[in-house]
Amino acid sequence: MSTPTRSGKVLHIDWTRCDARGSCTELLPELLRSDPWGYPLPAGGGSDVAIPAHLAAAARDAVGLCPVLALRLS
Amino acid sequence: MTMVDAHVQGGHAITPPTGTARLLAADDPAHAAHLARFGALPGRRGADAVIAELERAGLAGRGGAAFPTWRKLAAAAQSGRSGVIIANGSEGEPLSAKDSTLLHRSPHLVLDGLLLVAAELGAAEAHLVTTSAQLAPIRRAMDQRADAGGIRLHETHDRFVAGEASAVVNGIERGRAIPRDHVVRLTASGLGRRPTLVLNVETLAHIALVLRFGADWFRSIGSSDDPGTRLFTVVRGGERAVVEAAGGTLLSAVLRAGGADPARVRAVLVGGFHGAWVTGDAIDAPMSPAGLAPFGASPGAGILMVLPRGECGLARTAQITAYLAEQSAGQCGPCANGLPEIAEAMGRVGRRDRNSSLPRQLRELTALVTGRGACHHPDGTARMVLSALDAFDHDLRAHARGLCQEAAA
Repeated sequence: MSTPTRSGKVLHIDWTRCDARGSCTELLPELLRSDPWGYPLPAGGGSDVAIPAHLAAAARDAVGLCPVLALRLS
Repeated sequence: MTMVDAHVQGGHAITPPTGTARLLAADDPAHAAHLARFGALPGRRGADAVIAELERAGLAGRGGAAFPTWRKLAAAAQSGRSGVIIANGSEGEPLSAKDSTLLHRSPHLVLDGLLLVAAELGAAEAHLVTTSAQLAPIRRAMDQRADAGGIRLHETHDRFVAGEASAVVNGIERGRAIPRDHVVRLTASGLGRRPTLVLNVETLAHIALVLRFGADWFRSIGSSDDPGTRLFTVVRGGERAVVEAAGGTLLSAVLRAGGADPARVRAVLVGGFHGAWVTGDAIDAPMSPAGLAPFGASPGAGILMVLPRGECGLARTAQITAYLAEQSAGQCGPCANGLPEIAEAMGRVGRRDRNSSLPRQLRELTALVTGRGACHHPDGTARMVLSALDAFDHDLRAHARGLCQEAAA
């Protein structure tokens, strides 16, 4: 099994804005689960998720489609 | 001790404090007593020299995170822009009394540190943030000297999370001292998007002494990993005693200095409500980062809360957890939802609920909230709860059978 190529991008969740709307967990099911209250839960926990290259487009979509602008890609 | 001769004030030489009374060495809070004990402000030497002196001193922040102070100054200086210095005397932790004690007893050392750092870093603004009871003594101190007129004094409220650095910035900027999301460090972009250095008031008072008497003097007491002195708050029941002791002093010695008898201590919550419970051998551990690390604790902001023999640590932890859940600013979903659930489960443990899955639930919930907030309130709460499960594991098993060893003792 090969490790996916990293995009070099990190997705940051701003918890002060996040309102558990759930669009990011639908767009990035490989990286984000939904916690018991509906908030995004990165596989490794925390607030920042390293984005593999093949999910870079989906991550950009998640940022653009978050209705409360709680995601940032840097 | 060549520095001794270098400090001459009003015709008499200033001798640097030799014992563990440093921050609290002056006879009274007035400017005259301050000058008599410590001498006038040292001359300017430039930001690079100041940062190098603080690095040699090994001073770490006294607000709880213990970040090397010189690194913080270097980061702010590196921005190359004129920034903001904030003296943080918020002391949101209700157990702590060391910052308020310092502001009452040695306000001029704090003002000195703030003015020195602001001048050396070429800051455009200097702010001091504290709660209502300290406003009058600080104003009085500012009025006693000619150089403090530019300091802007702010009142903050007593909320637990109000002392977090980004909350302090928010409080000045928007009047609401709650943490904010910061992907960029405050030293790069803080108050009004300017480079912002938030330093605990005790840290600033130490800076004022290091820049007067030098790094070697600072390191002349304390341990190599925790040089200098620190202020501790020893909490017993409703009483709080503030003690200045050398870094690395044994925990039991600090307890004694604060009026607590170590022989009658069942456990100690080290580092406050975001700290860790320790028992047994830890009572004789050195109060330094390395000395406490084997027990999962750190000096933090120097709080030692005593749990006397005969009191149940799990019940006490349940009370604290309920308070911490209530103190969530409610901005971040995992904290706003998770902490009440942790408090609920911990409450049931404290009440000797026989549901044996409660410890597992607590481990899962604490893992779920850790790292998932704009500040470390969920992380600190999780750490304290987990430390209780370890420190009171015998009681945990007894509680699951509806018994309590400690309450029966």
